[in-house]
Formats: sequence, structure tokens, C-alpha cells
Amino acid sequence: MSFYGLVDGSDASLKKYLGALSGVDQVGADARAAMLATRSIKAASKRWAIDTAISMVDLTTLEGADTPGKVQALCTKAVRPDPTDATVPSVGAVCVYNDMVGIARKHLDLIGGAHVGVAAVSTAFPSGRASMAVKIQDTQDALDAGASEIDMVIDRGAFLSGDYIGVFNEIVQIRELCADRAHLKVIFETGELVTYDNVRKASFLAMAAGAHFIKTSTGKVAPAATAPVVLVMLEAVRDFYQMTQTRIGVKPAGGIRNTKDAIKQLVLVNETAGPEWLTPSLFRIGASALLNDLLMQRMKMDDGYYASPAYVTID
Amino acid sequence: MSFEYAPAPESRSVVSIKPKYGHFIGGKFVAGRKHFPTINPATEEILSQISLAGVAEVDAAVKAARKAYTTTWSKMSGKERGKYLFRIARIMQERAREFAVLETLDNGKPIRESRDVDVPLAAAHFFYHAGWADKLEFAGLGTSTKPHGVAGQIIPWNFPLLMLAWKVAPALAAGNTVVLKPAENTSLTALLFAEVCQQAELPAGVVNIVTGDGSTGALIVNHPGIDKIAFTGSTEVGKIIARAVAPTHKSVTLELGGKAANIIFEDAAIDEAIEGIINGVFFNQGHVCCAGSRLILQESVADEVVDKLKKRMAKIRIGDPLDKNTDLGAINSKEQLLKIRDLSATGDTEGAERWSAPCDLPAKGFWFPPTIFTGVTQSHRIAREEIFGPVLSVLTFRTPQEGIDKANNTPFGLSAGIWSEKGSRILWASQQLRAGVIWANTFNKFDPTSPFGGYKESGWGREGGRHGLSAYLKGVGHE
Amino acid sequence: MSNRIDVKKTYKLFINGAFPRTESGRTYEIKNAKGAFIANPCLASRKDLKDAVVAARAAQSGWNKASAYNKGQILYRIAEMLEGRRAQFVDEIVMVTGVTKLKAEKEVTDSVDRLVWYAGWSDKLSSLSGALNPVAGPYYNFTVPESMGVIAAIAPESPSLLGLIDAIAPIIVGGNTVIVLASTKAPLSAMSFAEVIATSDVPAGVINILTGKKDEIAPWMASHMDIDGFDISGLAAKSHGAVRVAGAENLKRIYSFKSADPGRILAFLENKTVWHPIGL
Repeated sequence: MSFYGLVDGSDASLKKYLGALSGVDQVGADARAAMLATRSIKAASKRWAIDTAISMVDLTTLEGADTPGKVQALCTKAVRPDPTDATVPSVGAVCVYNDMVGIARKHLDLIGGAHVGVAAVSTAFPSGRASMAVKIQDTQDALDAGASEIDMVIDRGAFLSGDYIGVFNEIVQIRELCADRAHLKVIFETGELVTYDNVRKASFLAMAAGAHFIKTSTGKVAPAATAPVVLVMLEAVRDFYQMTQTRIGVKPAGGIRNTKDAIKQLVLVNETAGPEWLTPSLFRIGASALLNDLLMQRMKMDDGYYASPAYVTID
Repeated sequence: MSFEYAPAPESRSVVSIKPKYGHFIGGKFVAGRKHFPTINPATEEILSQISLAGVAEVDAAVKAARKAYTTTWSKMSGKERGKYLFRIARIMQERAREFAVLETLDNGKPIRESRDVDVPLAAAHFFYHAGWADKLEFAGLGTSTKPHGVAGQIIPWNFPLLMLAWKVAPALAAGNTVVLKPAENTSLTALLFAEVCQQAELPAGVVNIVTGDGSTGALIVNHPGIDKIAFTGSTEVGKIIARAVAPTHKSVTLELGGKAANIIFEDAAIDEAIEGIINGVFFNQGHVCCAGSRLILQESVADEVVDKLKKRMAKIRIGDPLDKNTDLGAINSKEQLLKIRDLSATGDTEGAERWSAPCDLPAKGFWFPPTIFTGVTQSHRIAREEIFGPVLSVLTFRTPQEGIDKANNTPFGLSAGIWSEKGSRILWASQQLRAGVIWANTFNKFDPTSPFGGYKESGWGREGGRHGLSAYLKGVGHE
Repeated sequence: MSNRIDVKKTYKLFINGAFPRTESGRTYEIKNAKGAFIANPCLASRKDLKDAVVAARAAQSGWNKASAYNKGQILYRIAEMLEGRRAQFVDEIVMVTGVTKLKAEKEVTDSVDRLVWYAGWSDKLSSLSGALNPVAGPYYNFTVPESMGVIAAIAPESPSLLGLIDAIAPIIVGGNTVIVLASTKAPLSAMSFAEVIATSDVPAGVINILTGKKDEIAPWMASHMDIDGFDISGLAAKSHGAVRVAGAENLKRIYSFKSADPGRILAFLENKTVWHPIGL
């Protein structure tokens, strides 16, 4: 791996690379995110924003109680979020545990959803507490079952103990495993990294290690995709693009439940990384309940009155 | 399809502007004699006609203030005085939207700022000072519990309501009565505040508001019935006032100009520093005495910061001040616009490199794009003189001491900014900087509990906090 | 009486820790209450003032940086040295002013005690006059009193020693440096006090003492652009207005005091407020 020429794979070079990053002032970042949250957008733009947000959703079910039936229902919804309106785009991907990948892939292909990706959470999701051998096997299983996207978790314990090279090497190995078969999203679990300095550091670490996407959270820990955390990650991909001419994607996940939240995320993208990132290939939103709110808002814009949850499907 | 922000204009319907205003003297609105127009600087629309107070009006206002002082206000207990201030604070909160829209119409500042900064802070100032009224004996070393008497207060056009609050709230809390003159361009919120005084049933004459220009201000400054002068405005006028009151026993506080340095050390949190630079110099169109108008960059990060700053400046939204998405509003007056243009032109002729954010300026009204000059040195006029507009001069330094020396190399001393992630460096720099307000890893933050005011030619005294209150009490041991 | 001829002292200025004669070569005569010649002190010139300001400015940052504890000890040291030379000061006061020895002794005692009182203020100022301000937001915000810079002062005509100490001590205790014009009629205490200062660990330039005419020097002090503040307590009230007008050119802080109190110290301190975010 070339690591963009930023590091040579050694501990020393990684420390030097991460050590050169500027810090993040929490209060300043919070203030900037709060200010951007006050932007309001045009009605025509809002319609576009809702459809864009729908196409960016990684429709997610990550429960111990997941069954083939539940996953198949999710896939159906992913392909045609609103069965009564064919103009509603499909979502970006479904996101499932890796034992459900095969079922999801098969069902999507069956119902004309070949264009919808299957993202598998991997590397001992959500805690990441397993041997590397298990993590590799976990990922291999998902790839073999047809996953087109791997959402791996980093070892937060290693990160917090300062073992950056350990975290780096894990990402590198999973990235090598993905090769050209799947896109790699690296989940930080920002609620456990706690500080924005750590979020920025993890972002640069993961990007140099070959991540295609950096992702906030598993959805199992709060706080998750807060606006300032996403801001810090968007600043990181923007700066990384300056350094390498490579655009890395960002995926907030967890806590984005309604249209207003989703549009705030798009405003953050537009003002921070730039409009080039306003595409499902560079921005995804990990969510489940969000999709129905987006659909209801879309109905409201079309019909002129507020919709009822009775008119949108449950998963 | 792209992502566009909506014009999200705040409704004007919450305000009703009279075609003509008089003065507020002795608790009543009295008709003026001569009038001049006040305009919306974003559209040049005439909003109303404002009265020009002359000798008779100023004299009547001072007499009303004196009468209220001797018969009512100085006899009232602090506890009761405080209740009036609490009432005023509450009414300002109730009518916050109205104040914000009116301020934006009259001043040209973005509604986001009048709504989120000016008006809430103005109410907070009354709330804070209300609590002082019955605690003057605890106001600290060197102050008595005795007010001066009648305070003459002259305020600028950049934060019309907020500056009124900074002046009126501590004056009343300390037991003074006031004669206040708003700036000629921005009288409307002061006149709305007069209505608030009526609604609060403030005793007649405790607050008197006379409108007018510099000639009215001079009448207040020179009126023998005034015991205390408080002025916010230019250093030039501040010196004129200082000379005018020199032979008298009037106590004076002055809050004047600045040319604040915003110093970025190489270890700064760069993205937040960029926001701090933006907020430092483009907040309120740069019409801020404490604006961070000199950016002093450590050479090792200068290119990166300038590059990021330009990209960020390109995202500044300039236009209709009533639009909630607007970041930069209108320049307050044609006169000020010409000043900004003239001083910026000296930057060109003196060899600095100008860059303005690409933006479409509205055809009507007074506008100036967010602008930076790079390659500026200490001897450029744009590094020394207050531009009072959205114009930033960029200088560089090599060592921390050189940065501080450049920052301090000015007759002003109002504020300064420091950006570094190193605690000991921040404390060192904040000790070294000769300025009354130091913002470390932030900028342009204000609070009623926080004393504000300058060293050197940036003024006399503080506003806010215990130190600000003391300006409205007689000093112990002073003659 | 012995036949020995007295060795009389030449009274000079005190600038930057040294005792120069006025560069102008001008002197004036002072006499005792009975009209007998006492001395020819210097009539300080505008250039002497300029030299004193340069010295005071150069000394200011170092003096300001000295810890409050150190400043307090140095002021206390001045009191110690003055105490040790009580007799000389009593004699000079009696000689020049003609007051009784008892009265002169009281002035010297008060002067020593006053210095001790001011000395103790050095490390209390910021805790009593500073503040931790509870702003509405995630910011740490504090206000500290800080030295203003170079301060000029006109000492009153009398009491010539105690008045001089009230003109010097409150100004320097907070980190300012001072140029003080001594009592015109009774400058001997001031010039002897300079000798006390010179032996009290006071860094050169922190205290500078001139002798001369008030109406001549006060306007120069008022208009000097590198003087930040001016204590005009010793200047006749009729001259205050003109001095304040001249001082407005650089917005000098000009005050007149009627007593020794903490306000007198705080008048020549600036309040600096520092904001910093509180975050992770």
C-alpha cells in the first residue's frame, strides 16, 4: 500500500503524521456547527435535498432479533421506499450483520434492487473486541456472502491507549481484504473517542490507511453523529483532499431521525467539504427511522399538508 | 439541481414605524422642531423622520433628569430601583423580535446577529444590572455607593440598542438618571426603548432620549447640568469630549476605537481559528470597535491560513439583512462606505495585495465585499488606522515576541485575539498584550458580567461587570 | 562650635537610578522659614523630563514582571531604609519648613508607616479588584488589574515627604514606573528620599524624581505622549483644566486625590479581561 505517500507504515512515520495535525477547539467547533444549523433552504432545494438524502440512506437493521423476514422487508423498502410513488429514489444501501448479507443480496437482486448495495458491519461489530484472526474471518464471511460495502469498527481500546499503529494496521489489513470487491467504511464510535481531537486524529489515521469512507458511530453508543463531530470529519476529508487529491466519503450514523436533521447534515457537507460531496458515493447517512420522515416530508411538499405515519410503510 | 439557501426573510410586520418621531423627555414623547430622515442602509428607503434636538430640547431633558434624580430616583431604595430594571429586561425579552427587526432595518446588520446577539445581550445587561441596584455597598475597592447624578450618554450606530443597554442599565442601577442620545443614523430602537420605559412605568425623567447629530451630542457634553459623561464612538470625538470636560468636574468614561490584533500561532486549532478570524472582522460588517482587523500570522502557517481563510470567505453570504441566511449585511451609511473605500484604496497604493470574496452586491444600498489585504506591514495605513468595515489586514511574524510586539505597536489597546493550543503560551501572550479584552481561542464574545474597555487611546474605564458599574459611582478618594 | 567647615550636599535630580544635574544647568534657590539660604536644587528641564520618561519606560516591563511578593518586599525595604535615616529627614524638614521637631518626627513616622501600608497592597490587588466573571457560555473569563505603564505625578508642596510617598508608592505598587515632581519649596526630603530609594533594591528607572517649577513641568508632563497617567494631586486646582486638556492628546488618565486609599492605587491600573473556551 502506498498510503498516499503520507506514511511509510512504520509507527514512527504514523506518529509524525498524526502529530502534525492541528487541534480542534471544542467550543469553536460547536459554535460553527450551531451556526450552520440556522441555515434555511429554498423549497425547490428542499425537495432536491430530501431526494438526495433518501439516496444517501444506508437503511439499517442491526438487532439481535433480525430474521430473514425482517431483512427482506428492509430490502423491499430500500428499493422502493414509497410503493405508491415511483419517483422516490432507492436508498444507497442496506446495512446488516454479516450473517444476513447473503439473504439481503439475494432478495435485493430478486426484486430489481441490484443497484442497492449491501453493507456489512464487520470486525466484531460493535465493540471490536476480538482477535485479528476473527476480524479477518468476519470480514471474509461478509465479502464471500456478497457484501459490497464493509463497515468495520476500529479498536477504540487500542486507539485510546495510544496504539495508533495497531489501529492503523487493522484497517490496512481489512482494506487489503476488501481489495476491489467492497468499499471500506471505518467506524470510529466517536461517542467513545469523546474528544474532537481524537475524531480528527482517527479520521486522518483511517484515511491514510485506505478507508473509502469514515463513519461516526455504530448506532449502539450515544452520542453518535452530532453535528460538530460530522463537521470535524468533513473538515478532515476536505483537508485530506487538499493533501492527496482524493475524496474520502463521510457517513454519520446514529441519532439522525428526521428530515430537519438530515438537511442540517447536508448543509454541513455543502459548507464544509463542498458540494462535490453531496452525492451518495461520498456521503451516506446510517439510519432507519429517518427514511419514513423523509418520505412524509416529501408527501407534505407534494400535497401541501402534513402526512400521517399511517401513509408510510413500517419496515 | 444544486443546493441553494432560501431567502428566509424575517417579517417586517412585527414593527410599526411612525412617519415622524420626537424626543422622549420627562416620561413623554414631545414633538421635535427640525427633522432629518433615517434610512434603511440596505435599500436606501427612508424609514422615518427623526428630530434634531437643539438647546431647548437638551436643556429640557437635563432638567427632567435632574428633577427625577432629586425628587424620585435618588430617594428610592436600591431594591425598588432594581425592580424597574428587571421589568425593563423582561419587556425587552417580550418584544425581542420587534427590536431585532427594527434594528436590522435601521442599521443594516443581519437579522441573525440582531436576533441572536444585540437584543438578547441588551436584555441581559438590564437583568444583570438590576441585581446590582441594592448591592452597591459590595461594588468593590475604590468605589462609593453614591451615584454621580445626571449622566449624559452618547452612543454609536454600530450596536444601537446594545450600546444603549450598556449605558443606561448601569447608570440606573447605580442611581443616576440619564439623558441619552442615539446616533443620528440609528435612533429607532432607542425610541422603541422609550416605549419600554413607559410600559415599565419607569418614573418620568429617569430616562430621557433626545435624538440628533454631533451638535446635539456637544450640547449634552457641555451642559452644566450634567455630572457624568459616557461616550462610545471614535477616538477623535473622544478626545474632543475629553478636552471639553477638562475644566469641569464631570466624570467621564470613553469607549473608543481599536485596531485589534488577532494572533495565530502555528499550533492553533486552525479551523476554529479561521472561524475566529471571520467572526473577528466580519461580525457586524466589521463595524466593531474591537474588531480583529489585523491578522498576525506565524509565518510557518501563514500560507495555509490565508488559503483556508479565502475559501471560507467565499462562503460568506452577503445580502438582505432581514434574510436569516445572511452573514454580512449592509454598510451603515454612505459616508462610512466611502471611508472604507478610501482607506482600502491606500492599501492598494501602498503595495498591499487586495483580495475580495467573489459575491454579487445588491444594486441599492451600501455594500462592501469581505476583503483581505496580504503583504501588509506595520507602516501601512491599513495596519494602523481603524477601517471600521469588513476589511482585514494580514501581517506575519517569526517568533512569539515579534508577534506580540507587532500587536502592541499601536496607540489603541481595546482588544486582541490569541490562537494557540498551548496553555502556557496563551497565558503568556495574554499578559503581554496591552489591551483591555483578550479573546483566547475565541473572538468578539460579550457578556454583561464581563468588563469591556480599552487601554491607551481606546478609552477610559470599563463597561460591564463590577468594574463597569463603578464608572457610575463616585470614586472614593478622588477629587 | 568647631571650626570645621560643613561639607554641604549638592541636591541633584534622580533619573534612572543615577543622580544627574539638570542638563539645562538651571537651579533655583531655596531658603528656610527665616529667609536664610539652604540649597540650589535643580530646575528640571523638558529634556530632563524626557530622559526620566525614557528611563521609566525602559524599566516598566521588568518592574511589572516582578512578582507581587517581590514588589511588596521592595516597598517594605524602602520603609526600612527610611526608618534608618529618620534623623536626617527630621532635620531637613525642620530646616526647610521651620516646623517643630515633633511635627517633623510625626511626618517621618507617618511616611514610614504609609510605605509599609502600600507595600502590603501589592499582593492583594488582583484578588480584591480582579474578578472571575460568570459569563453565560462555555468560557472561562477573568479580569485582572494590570499596570498602566509610565505615570507622572506632582507631589504636594506639603507635607513634602509624606506627600511625596503618596505620589510614588500607590503608583509603583501595581507595577507602574513613575516620574514625580517634588515639592518646589521643600525639595530636600525628596532628594534625600532618592538616596533611600537608591539603596533599597528599587530597579533603576522605576522611580525618577525631579525638582523644579510645577507650572513649567506639569504642562510638559501632560503633553508627553509616552506618559500614560498623571497624578495632579499636588497641582493647584486652577491649573487642572489646562493640564487635562493637554493630556487629552493621548487620552492620559489624569486624577487628583485627596486621601491615601486603595482607589488611589487602582486609578493607575488597567483592567484586563481574558476569555477562553472551556472544552475537551
